[in-house]
Amino acid sequence: MPNLKDLKNRIASVQSTRKITSAMKMVAASKLRRAQEQAEAGRPYAERMGRMLASLAANVQDSGNGPKLMTGTGSDQVHLLVIISSDRGLCGAFNGAIVRESRRQIQRLQSEGKTVKLLTVGRKARDQLRREYGSLIVETYEDVGRRKLSFADADTVAQKVLAMYDAGEFDVCSVIFNKFKSAISQIVTVQQLVPFAVEAQAEDEAAGTEVKAIYEFEPDEEQILAELLPRNLSIQVYRALLESAASEQGARMTAMDNATRNAGDMINKLTITYNRTRQAYITKELIEIISGAEAV
Amino acid sequence: MADKVEFELVSPEKLLTSQPVDMVVVPGSEGDFGVLAGHSPMISTVRPGVIDVYEADRVVDRVFVAGGFAEVTETRCTVLAEEAIAVADIDRGKVEQEIRDLGEDLEDAKTDDEKARVEAKIAVARAKLDATGATTH
Repeated sequence: MPNLKDLKNRIASVQSTRKITSAMKMVAASKLRRAQEQAEAGRPYAERMGRMLASLAANVQDSGNGPKLMTGTGSDQVHLLVIISSDRGLCGAFNGAIVRESRRQIQRLQSEGKTVKLLTVGRKARDQLRREYGSLIVETYEDVGRRKLSFADADTVAQKVLAMYDAGEFDVCSVIFNKFKSAISQIVTVQQLVPFAVEAQAEDEAAGTEVKAIYEFEPDEEQILAELLPRNLSIQVYRALLESAASEQGARMTAMDNATRNAGDMINKLTITYNRTRQAYITKELIEIISGAEAV
Repeated sequence: MADKVEFELVSPEKLLTSQPVDMVVVPGSEGDFGVLAGHSPMISTVRPGVIDVYEADRVVDRVFVAGGFAEVTETRCTVLAEEAIAVADIDRGKVEQEIRDLGEDLEDAKTDDEKARVEAKIAVARAKLDATGATTH
């Protein structure tokens, strides 16, 4: 028969766990709201930049010689993967999904005979990939957007990518991150950053909202494009980081909600066991007293 | 009064302003240009400087931008700024201090790359200082 004292302790410990998980859930919920607001606030810039790029690219593609960031290096031997994960755990399958997808990408690229380099953002991806692919990791960033994600954080990562590209250290760069769909669903997304592909969607939007205007360029389009493309890279990284931040909080909220519910179930079960056991003790004692009295 | 032009100022972190105005003067990298309604479409880079917003021939708003891009269409003027701050909010003392700090950084800079980066920052800070000077007289 289980010990009553042990059961009582167990119940108390599960209760305090439940308190922690439900507090974490609420923190994640409020952080999620903030992250979503931030992602929303960043959207206008990205939209307008997409529109500008689309009209620029249309012009430059006609002339046939765009900058290297758009046309690529002409080879696709070396791939750089930017992997965006979180610094902290306890957020369900969030990091697991990112790492799984990264492994798949690495294996696919390696089986095609390509060289892979990794740049990780967030402690979790680094920790989980270090054992297998430690030699591939060229750079890691931690504590990105610890308090509040700023554009400067994204810029640091983007500058590193650009510096590597200029030094000819890779040919193709993709970013792997969790795209925020809703608080319970995040989609692992692989997006190519370099060479930059003008999104078909951006062009559609530009064509849809207004008649495609013929722009004048000052200075000429190639020079603008040369400035715009690195900036666009930062924006893409920034968006990926924002999406990832929102996803992380969403995933954590869901995970903590489940944990809170499980703790509740467990407390109920334990309480029933506790009460039964106590009853059994009482019954046993009664029987002892009665049979003792009868024997006299 | 003539038609208005929709002026939008956007930074990577948020949409700063979006309002119809009479005219904006944008510091383009090849010279300032004023945008009225019906301006021919153009895309330009923006140098560090002050954007003047005009309402009925009077400057109603002055915003400092640290470079970026401008897209002008017949009805709209969109400025994608890297950093934007209202001229009234610039703290002269702080900027002067920043320039001094950057000057020290410049002396410490070893590679040409580093130097170029610090020099670019100094240029931005100087432009910021000029922007405050212009308001005082």
